[in-house]
Amino acid sequence: MSWLTRSALPVAVVLAAIVALWYAGSVVMNISWEVDQAKRAGIEVGEPAPDGFTDTWFPRFSRVILNPDLVPGTMTQERPVLPTPGQVWHEIWNTSFGILADCEVETTEEGWELSSACGRFFTSKRSLVYHAGVTLSATLLGFGMGIVLGILIAVGITHNRAMDMSVMPWVIASQTIPILAVAPMIIVVLNAVGLQGLIPKAMISMYLSFFPVVVGMVKGLRSPDALQLDQMRTWNASRWQVFWKLRWPASMPFLFASMKVAIAISLVGAIVGELPTGARAGIGARLLVGDQFGDILKTWGALIFAAFMGAALVALVGLAQRIVLRRSGGASA
Amino acid sequence: MSDAVISARNLELVFETNDGPVHALKDVNLGIGAGEFVSFIGPSGCGKTTFLRVVAALEEPTGGEVAVNGMSPDEARRARAYGYVFQAAGLYPWRTIAKNVRLPLEIMGYSGAEMADRVARMLDLVGLKGFEKKFPWQLSGGMQQRASIARALAFDAPILLMDEPFGALDEIVRDHLNEQLLQLWAKTGKTCLFVTHSIPEAVYLSTRIVVMSPRPGRIIDVIDSPLPRERPLDIRETPEFLEVAHRVREGLRAGHSYED
Repeated sequence: MSWLTRSALPVAVVLAAIVALWYAGSVVMNISWEVDQAKRAGIEVGEPAPDGFTDTWFPRFSRVILNPDLVPGTMTQERPVLPTPGQVWHEIWNTSFGILADCEVETTEEGWELSSACGRFFTSKRSLVYHAGVTLSATLLGFGMGIVLGILIAVGITHNRAMDMSVMPWVIASQTIPILAVAPMIIVVLNAVGLQGLIPKAMISMYLSFFPVVVGMVKGLRSPDALQLDQMRTWNASRWQVFWKLRWPASMPFLFASMKVAIAISLVGAIVGELPTGARAGIGARLLVGDQFGDILKTWGALIFAAFMGAALVALVGLAQRIVLRRSGGASA
Repeated sequence: MSDAVISARNLELVFETNDGPVHALKDVNLGIGAGEFVSFIGPSGCGKTTFLRVVAALEEPTGGEVAVNGMSPDEARRARAYGYVFQAAGLYPWRTIAKNVRLPLEIMGYSGAEMADRVARMLDLVGLKGFEKKFPWQLSGGMQQRASIARALAFDAPILLMDEPFGALDEIVRDHLNEQLLQLWAKTGKTCLFVTHSIPEAVYLSTRIVVMSPRPGRIIDVIDSPLPRERPLDIRETPEFLEVAHRVREGLRAGHSYED
């Protein structure tokens, strides 16, 4: 009961509020098309006077209020300005787990089989889950490379004076360049050396995700205080021992905090990496196709699916964090 | 004093600060023999902690000489001649108590069996048997400080340097730990250097008390304690004890410790 009121209820209330706002937005955004259709069909519609308003917020609100009977139509448009949550949900469901629904059963001599156009559930190449899998592999590879690179740079910065004084500005500068500008260059350069597909996308993910790891780990590796370092000195510990026995374990909470940010932007990087190549698979490809063909639902489906994927990845890192930090004391976890 | 474990001659340490040089230690001459328990007492800034840090090679003196076991402090540090107990327990929160005590042994490359044996003995010695698998935050402040003493003792260095180890603890816990520390000292026969702010603590524990004064940090008085080695807590009400305490207080007063 307490779990219900303390956790589930507030979350549900916020979620319901977001969905309600989204529906309201859809109605307001999509009303103009309904009004135009009705006009063309010769149906009397209420228009805010005077005529000739540009299509801004105020006349849209007025149209909703003046034509309540047109509201249901705003939620079922094929190409809405803003699709409703229900439409997006149906799009995601139909293009991921509902592929079988499109299948036709063909009768053959042996009995029956599914038509050849039909995919095998969500492993079908038409499935959003398949596309998400393509993006996910680049995300995870880039995330892994970003962590390794980030840790190496952080170790360099904390252990080498020259690196400490010279590397950080470059690291920061690398992040001020818009990734949309860098991504095509990385793709082209890597293509020139024969790298295509997964690796270039992962490189873009790495480019984004190493940054929070560097920042977090530099802070983490420097978190041991003077007393702890003096202690190590009294035991005549080597630099290597100070690193493995003190600096490294002390930096774990920082690493996990960085990883939560890194995994989320790693996903963004992989999607961005799929845009300039005209990739044929991946969430980015779906966004592009949806955009090019004016299939707004496809774009929104891919977008929301990617958002859930990102949330799930961050949650997974959070879970790993809780497990690791619980095993090592757990006081601060 | 030729057989001194620790000897300081004309020791001087000047810190260069933004407000000009600060004389942390000036003209410190002292010899400490094997098995002694020497307390350093004085107000903040009198250089008692600095002296301990010089002996531990955590600070470099700017003048004079120090020898630890006939070596320079840094050689002594490399030879792992001392265990150091800091003001804060400084236990690693990600290690259990047993693993914290094991830490210096790991660093010094002891074998697994030897480590297990020493950790068990040390935890027994400081009365923390049964707490091996607890994490530091599950223990009280006093227990944490006992674990840190066990850790300093684990590699069996002949010298124990303690910098206000009980300063942050309440009086009752402190009395208890003082008693235990004396027993430990009697059992192990180590040479102890103990920095404190507390007159009763200094008198109760020590065979010798070094009274220090600030600006510049120097030794005002060195008092040999007439108290027997066997010291129950209520020795602190005896005339001998009070007389020593009085002399310490006189020394502090002479060093202007009670002014401004």
